[in-house]
Amino acid sequence: MTTKKAKSSTKAPVMTDLKGQTLVCLRTLTEKNPAALETYVKLGGYATFKRLVTDKVKATDIITEIKKSGLRGRGGAGFPTGLKWSFMPRYFDGVKYLVCNTDEGEPGTFKDRDIIRYNPHQLIEGMAIAAYTLGARVGYNYIHGEIWQDYEAFEAALHEAKAAGYLGEHLFGTHFSFDLYAVHGYGAYICGEETALIESIEGKKGQPRFKPPFPASYGVFGKPTNVNNTESYASIPWIMQHSGQAFADLGVANSGGTKLFSVSGHVEKPGNYEVKMGTPFTELLELAGGVWKGRKLKAVIPGGPSTAVLPASVIEAATMDYDSLSKARSSLGAGSMIVMDETTCMVKALHRLSYFFYEESCGQCTPCREGTGWVYRIIDRIVKGQGKMEDLDLLTDVSKNISGRTICALGEAAATPVLSFIKHFRLEFEYYIEHGKSMVDSKAEPSNVKH
Amino acid sequence: MLSPQSIEKIEYELTKYPANQRQAAVMSALRIVQTERGWLSQESISEVAQYLGMPEIAAMEVATFYNMYDLAPVGKHKITVCTNISCMLRDSDVIVDHLKEKLGVGFNEVTPDGQFCLKEGECMGCCGGAPLLHVNNTEMHEFLTTEKVDAILEALKK
Repeated sequence: MTTKKAKSSTKAPVMTDLKGQTLVCLRTLTEKNPAALETYVKLGGYATFKRLVTDKVKATDIITEIKKSGLRGRGGAGFPTGLKWSFMPRYFDGVKYLVCNTDEGEPGTFKDRDIIRYNPHQLIEGMAIAAYTLGARVGYNYIHGEIWQDYEAFEAALHEAKAAGYLGEHLFGTHFSFDLYAVHGYGAYICGEETALIESIEGKKGQPRFKPPFPASYGVFGKPTNVNNTESYASIPWIMQHSGQAFADLGVANSGGTKLFSVSGHVEKPGNYEVKMGTPFTELLELAGGVWKGRKLKAVIPGGPSTAVLPASVIEAATMDYDSLSKARSSLGAGSMIVMDETTCMVKALHRLSYFFYEESCGQCTPCREGTGWVYRIIDRIVKGQGKMEDLDLLTDVSKNISGRTICALGEAAATPVLSFIKHFRLEFEYYIEHGKSMVDSKAEPSNVKH
Repeated sequence: MLSPQSIEKIEYELTKYPANQRQAAVMSALRIVQTERGWLSQESISEVAQYLGMPEIAAMEVATFYNMYDLAPVGKHKITVCTNISCMLRDSDVIVDHLKEKLGVGFNEVTPDGQFCLKEGECMGCCGGAPLLHVNNTEMHEFLTTEKVDAILEALKK
């Protein structure tokens, strides 16, 4: 039932300009029907999984290889994937679970969507290899509710993989069995947090769990569970095919491999670009066609709004990897690069972001529930011309009091934009408060956000 | 009463979970019933809860927590426009203003003929295609211009 033929899910054109990119997670993009099973198999897909299972390669050997690759969690936290895998209990009397987090809801993040719509089988193979390594019997890929057409296409890819003998019972005639299902969210940013996501899989509202216990000991239905991001799983088949070292060599120290960067905002060619870790920011910007309309760069949020905004001069000197961006006092995050040109009003940009965090706070922890609303109301009155100079210190104070005082990282994520916008663009905020209007006077500026 | 079609779809979702975890299917069950009936009434939510053998309040919690569930009628076509940062930077406010003018309604309002409802959405995870909108929780339309919006509305009216 509901089995449909796999097809490209939306009318958006397949990106054809692959110049300057190094394709690992999106390697099928060079082909005509990138999402098709035949395409993936033609490129050597599923062969690695089959070899590992039929040769009975030891789990510890696979984990060692993943550790060597330098792969770090691509969902934003950057935790070493191999290390995470080693936390899963080896011996457990019962079903262990595998979960993939395709719940992209952080503004500016849209890379996992392209993996599931252009190269779903590499994700499936990556999850299957992980399941074999960790002894997981059942897996779920939790997909953002809004990308419904891509969810359906991924379900179809799952049926295809099952029919072809890559999922299901006694795979390749061995004792290894793995069932993988697609499940969907229905509009909640917080479900990108792994324990909120687990709650959601269980059919509950997505409120993060207190940790410890971590999912590796108490996850889906209270069973040991490994949760990784889509891009992390999709990197696994390549690593196990070419070796951990080969993957590490694609990147730079502490940042192995390639990374998908979602470039949005004021660029000529927004979209996903898969490049080597350590690629200079300026090169990536150039791939995205540069700042649109021939304008000057003002600021960039390098990894999604939960990472600190950086002024042009700082980001232009950075390379796109964990260490360089952390040195610049921001973070790689999920690689969600939001580009803002000289006409952007930073006060209004922060206004919109603060509304987002207020709207998406799950309400569980008081500092976040109350604090995000408070922050939004202060910025809202500044935008309406009713701000006071002491509001800037108040904003900083409230934000610092959210940070670190909540169960999950949303609190910190909400505080980061406030603190970084005020730090780097304080003059603009002061001007707005003093004059009751934006310092950036241009028709092209985003004129209003009404709520 | 849930329709046989809805039950068939819910049963398919239930195959994804252990037999003693029927509640896990509530997200999709609510979605299925909403798609069939247009929105989720208190009665619909309680029917879903009963079918899955879970407390009604737990189903209610889910229906009120996730913002793609509609707890009031939304007309035949629900149009959700993203106004978050990436869309805002690419002038989603122009699209919003255009839609408001064309439809003659504001956010969270239904046109008098019951055809359209306009909603403001949070990030849909497709920011490369900004500005964008979503129709009835399923159809994504990207790289919008006012002309494209007109064409979408025309097609929906048919």
